[in-house]
Amino acid sequence: MSKSSDWAVEAHGLVKTFGDNRAVDGVDLSVRTGTIYGVLGPNGAGKTTTISMLATLLRPDEGTATVFGHDVQNEAQVVRQLIGVTAQFASVDERLSASENLVIFGRLLGLGRTEAKRRSAELLEEFALTEAARRPISKFSGGMRRRLDLAASLIAQPPLIFLDEPTTGLDPRTRAQMYDTIRRLVSTGSTVLLTTQYLDEADQLADRIAVIDNGKVVAEGTSNELKASVGESSLQLRLIDPADTEDTRRAIASVLGVEATITSEPGRVTAPMTNPDAVTDLFITLREAGIRLAEMSVQKPTLDEVFLTLTGHGVEASTEASDASEPERVSA
Amino acid sequence: MTTTSTTHARTSDITPNITPGATRQPRNHVSFEQTVRNSFTMAYRGLLKIKRTPEQLVDVTLQPIIFTLMFTYIFGGAISGNIAGYLPIIIPGILAQTVITTSVVTGVQLREDMDKGVFDRFKSMPIARISPLAGALLADTVRYLIASTLTFVMGYIMGWRPAGGLGAVIIAGLLVIVCAWAISWVFAFFGVIARSASSVQGISFLVLFPLTFLSNAFVPVETMPGWLQWFVNANPVSHLITAVRDLTGSGTIGSDFGLALLGAAVVVAIFAPLTVRAYMRKA
Repeated sequence: MSKSSDWAVEAHGLVKTFGDNRAVDGVDLSVRTGTIYGVLGPNGAGKTTTISMLATLLRPDEGTATVFGHDVQNEAQVVRQLIGVTAQFASVDERLSASENLVIFGRLLGLGRTEAKRRSAELLEEFALTEAARRPISKFSGGMRRRLDLAASLIAQPPLIFLDEPTTGLDPRTRAQMYDTIRRLVSTGSTVLLTTQYLDEADQLADRIAVIDNGKVVAEGTSNELKASVGESSLQLRLIDPADTEDTRRAIASVLGVEATITSEPGRVTAPMTNPDAVTDLFITLREAGIRLAEMSVQKPTLDEVFLTLTGHGVEASTEASDASEPERVSA
Repeated sequence: MTTTSTTHARTSDITPNITPGATRQPRNHVSFEQTVRNSFTMAYRGLLKIKRTPEQLVDVTLQPIIFTLMFTYIFGGAISGNIAGYLPIIIPGILAQTVITTSVVTGVQLREDMDKGVFDRFKSMPIARISPLAGALLADTVRYLIASTLTFVMGYIMGWRPAGGLGAVIIAGLLVIVCAWAISWVFAFFGVIARSASSVQGISFLVLFPLTFLSNAFVPVETMPGWLQWFVNANPVSHLITAVRDLTGSGTIGSDFGLALLGAAVVVAIFAPLTVRAYMRKA
């Protein structure tokens, strides 16, 4: 195997069961030091549970995981010295001010009084929170909380940072700022493992992506590899009459020999374009069948389609199935 | 291009390059010294929170005043013939009862606190596992201090003149605070295992009432039936009250002082590990 310095995280066959629900069902992950690794999946897929096990917050029922070569179970206290965790929900003290929070975390991490204050001031400055430093957190906006949360995870300058859905609930501008921050972390030598349900977020940030669904890794690779796995490009059709959707799908299956995907938008059909030459035949078939097109286009694959192809269901569908944060999942 | 390089320069000024994980030499063991340091930092956090929400001190300020007035005037005549004669008996009783009652809130607040996200962060940090609990309990000694002081002051206003002197009164107050801290581990245990803050309060009072009322706090033990005397005499709260009476009444430290401390030590020895284990299992 490779040296421990190459890998920030190595997990093999992680399993976590809550009651009779296997929230994480045999997850393998390998995160190379100095990279951003994205764990992509819908709500309830097992992302948070996986991170919790890697961050020593939950004991795995089966499997092993190491952080920089240290076992998360037997050397939990060592692992805690190497990680920073930003959970999905604000893990700071609401009744205290931003700087009080950071100073207390700094003191707990072994910094002296002045050192803790200095570090707190630095981080508040870096995350543009200096003006709000003395305000109680209960008055903070969602974006400010996320930033403070991340700042709190960086006090000890951990070489590995876990970010559980770092941009959920943020507006587009704050989201872009968070992207910058995450990229800067990696440029200073950190490794970042983040979870997300946003496909373009994983696409934009992550060097490698694991797609996780029902507690299992269903695909792993770079963004481009994942996209390539669903074909070079895809054919997008929008039908004038959504009632023709099923006929169109059948036509695509017989003419192009591929399985079309029906998205949630009515009358919209997407098919992998493995053989562009056959598309002409498809259009003729559709014309003969009286199926009229409102729009057609050819698109390079997006992670959305990767997701649909891999899991067999859309992100929206599963979000509805279990919209709460609970590690429960309604089986389809 | 310029902007990018400026950003990077700024970052490296503020966040120096991260020491690679593989070259660090962390230890898997938390020293006793670190445990104490972490606990005191957690206690500092607790004090800051009291400072931010002073209204949570209502119970420790009103209860000593009301209890002292109420019990003295209700029982005074019946038990000692007059109020002045009853004060040396009732003030130590009220003191122990009030301060121990106050420690129930520790469990309730711990439950509320643990439901907040910040406890998740504590769990992911390389700190002593016991410190979030120990610190919370330590900060609450401020509440016991307020309750003790107010009880003594109320007694003084009502005419209580402890013969043991101020020094003895201070030692007595400290003894009560130490014992209340020990007993608060019991309520902390309920706080950790209970689902909601209100259920913590419910269970805690079931323990609290026998513990404080089935003692020598209000009436002489000789007036009770034999089987009850057995319990009352075994109750560490009785020893605590007797120790406080000895101290404040004559300035002496007897065997009850030692027994009260022993009782406190036993409670901590049993409930601190139980509480910490339950806390870790909830993780």
